[in-house]
Amino acid sequence: MKVLVAVKRVIDYNVKIRVKADNTGVETANVKMSMNPFDEIAVEEAIRMKEKGAATEVIAFSAGPAQCQETIRTALAMGADRGVLVQTDAELQPLAVAKLLKAVVDKEQPGLVIVGKQAIDDDSNQTGQMLAALLGWSVGTFANKLNVADGSVEVKREVDGGLENIKIKMPAVITTDLRLNEPRYASLPNIMKAKKKPIETLAPDALGVDVAPRLKTLKVEEPPKRKAGIKVKTVAELVEKLRNEAGVI
Amino acid sequence: MAVYKAPIKDIQFVLNEVIDVSKLAKLPGYEDATPDTIHAIVEEAAKLCENVLFPLNRTGDEEGCHYENGVVRTPKGFKEAYKQFAEGGWTGITCDPEYGGQGLPATVGFALQEMFTASNQAFAMYPGLSHGAYEALSRHGSDELKKRYLPKLADGTWSGTMCLTEPHCGTDLGMLRTKAEPQADGSYSLSGTKIFISAGEHDLTENIVHLVLARLPDAPGGTKGISLFIVPKFLPKADGSVGERNGIRCGAIEHKMGIKANATCVMNLDGATGWLVGEANKGMTAMFVMMNAARLGVGMQGLGIAETSYQSAVAYARDRLQGRSLTGPKNAGGPADPIIVHPDVRRMLMIQKSFTEGARALALWVGMLIDEAHSHPDAATREAADDLIQMLTPIIKAYFTDMGSECANLAVQTWGGHGFIRENGVEQFVRDARITQLYEGTNGIQALDLVGRKLPMKGGRAAQRLLGEISGFIAQHKGNEKMKEFVEPLEKAMGRVQDSALFLMQNAMKNPDEAGGAASDLLRLMALTAMAYMWNRIVVASHKGLEAANDNAFYEAKIATARFFMARVLPQTVSLNHQIKAGASTLMALPAEAF
Repeated sequence: MKVLVAVKRVIDYNVKIRVKADNTGVETANVKMSMNPFDEIAVEEAIRMKEKGAATEVIAFSAGPAQCQETIRTALAMGADRGVLVQTDAELQPLAVAKLLKAVVDKEQPGLVIVGKQAIDDDSNQTGQMLAALLGWSVGTFANKLNVADGSVEVKREVDGGLENIKIKMPAVITTDLRLNEPRYASLPNIMKAKKKPIETLAPDALGVDVAPRLKTLKVEEPPKRKAGIKVKTVAELVEKLRNEAGVI
Repeated sequence: MAVYKAPIKDIQFVLNEVIDVSKLAKLPGYEDATPDTIHAIVEEAAKLCENVLFPLNRTGDEEGCHYENGVVRTPKGFKEAYKQFAEGGWTGITCDPEYGGQGLPATVGFALQEMFTASNQAFAMYPGLSHGAYEALSRHGSDELKKRYLPKLADGTWSGTMCLTEPHCGTDLGMLRTKAEPQADGSYSLSGTKIFISAGEHDLTENIVHLVLARLPDAPGGTKGISLFIVPKFLPKADGSVGERNGIRCGAIEHKMGIKANATCVMNLDGATGWLVGEANKGMTAMFVMMNAARLGVGMQGLGIAETSYQSAVAYARDRLQGRSLTGPKNAGGPADPIIVHPDVRRMLMIQKSFTEGARALALWVGMLIDEAHSHPDAATREAADDLIQMLTPIIKAYFTDMGSECANLAVQTWGGHGFIRENGVEQFVRDARITQLYEGTNGIQALDLVGRKLPMKGGRAAQRLLGEISGFIAQHKGNEKMKEFVEPLEKAMGRVQDSALFLMQNAMKNPDEAGGAASDLLRLMALTAMAYMWNRIVVASHKGLEAANDNAFYEAKIATARFFMARVLPQTVSLNHQIKAGASTLMALPAEAF
């Protein structure tokens, strides 16, 4: 069984995000970029499946500018076998990515697609679900634990009230949650080997996908600066302020 | 708290824009070391340093190593971290692929070494010493020894040490007493006591490979009668697994000022079985190959400590609200301004920043020279590179470690009283840095090596090579108006080096104390000049970066830091020049009894 994992190039989680002066988005020039942490978890899970013999090949997919190759290389250094990059400088929204993924899934015929539940840049939490809908496949979101057996996957899901166990038919789309696993560090020999693993580059047009944005960003702003707090003397005063000033109760 | 984030962007800048690391992949054998691969390696190593090694730095210091009945236990977490480090292939970065290494260039090794030391010096010493043993064995060992030991050292299953020092002899190895008796089977039986053996005994690896200096029964006295032996803790069996326990045991560990998580051992050899490495009585030559590499490694430790110290100082200076700026409040809404507003705090930060960034460029340039000396197809290029390395080795060792200590102290000073408190983790840097000025030859010995060995070497050829490199740069950039403010101070500093060297040539022949008395000052003078040269190269690279109009703030900061170095660090060369020319007479005026 092939496993396809999607990896997104995002601003590194350590970087302090700055909004562009013209309010059209966030500053990405000269900013450290890394693989979306939830996608690292997806890659790790796929590699573990391969190591256990549950998967035969792990393919790392990314979409975006040429530099996404680096993100794919990171996945290859962790242990993925080969990469597919859909290269475009266009803005990509979840639906476009889901369509691109579907086109690659049609081509590669994996038994499982594992993606991060969301990317830490736009926090959309949509791509996996959209992909499953486009494919007509089962979907297991927010996976905390996976067990692949006999043409189905047991997924322990992180839901608001706790953990939910479901069993879904394969082929399936899985979205990873934080506690599914702890991604490994790539070893030095594997970083060297990753250089020699193939990455296929495709264009959205060649896949017959129109990636034009369907959503329009009106404005991006910094969150308001936190104001200095005040001390209240009594509980009554606190309740009064919460009710009348903050309007939260 | 002390902080450390690997300075990836700065490392990449030096590699790609200052020394042009893309040249490496053109050298035979280093085809895989392309800039993108090096980038991926540095990024991955950074994760390991920040998330695994650095968190163990302070806990390792607090706990230290444990000794009980000849057995040494490293602090909690070290064993697991070492396993992760070795399994990740980080013990074999520059080792030969034939023996399971990654065959990467020294330049890459240097970049990583800085990060390993910066995040955890005591930890980094364990694989560092193994690598020293690997180098000595790979250059001087027989094929049989190489086949048996190198793969285990490269993959980190076994570790290594250098056993030189004895209770009565450190610097003066000619007095060495450990004996090696030839045995019928071609092996040797070694007896004696070695002290200050870093990583001599520990629980990180299944075997420890000691490289021991000892005397054969018929050996001549002094340094010409010393041979090098390999003495494993456990005798390897034919299949490569570990066998019988050998007669080399740890008698005690030292209680030290710093690097507490690295076991510094007394090693007793009691009829221990060993094998000769290289030729009989040529042990010093073999050891010195390793020693020169180790000295550069220690210099990198100075840089690493300086970097962590600097980062910790900056974090505190930004955070600590205390008093107001002399020119009016800069944080009007807050109870006070952060102390970074004060010129004296800036002075401390700028000294550190101008050191670490310039030193990193100098170190990685030397890394590049090592790769050229090793692999360049042109013999003349190899020779030139080797001359520069020889010249710069004592300079890097002494200057980088002196500055490592200074930066660590400046970090404590920036932190004020809180820097003195153990829980904050900054005072550890002062204690850890201190050893780097002492081991692998004290910095005084480095200065003597520079003046006594390196300057006169090959009729002054190596020194001329360094000055030629710098004057070549000056000639090339002198006409450039934008470079004037950097090239001029460099040229003046170089003039002071020449003037000081001339003074020595005229006086040291008559009175060798003149050379000894000038040595440390001359080393510092040459170090500052070499730093000024690297800052010039950084400025050239930054001008190029600015032309591309990309990330201007980064390049402007480089140029501003270069200005600080020229204006407020390099002028030390004036007084050094004066001190040297004042001669040794005032040093030696008092009779020894007068002290």
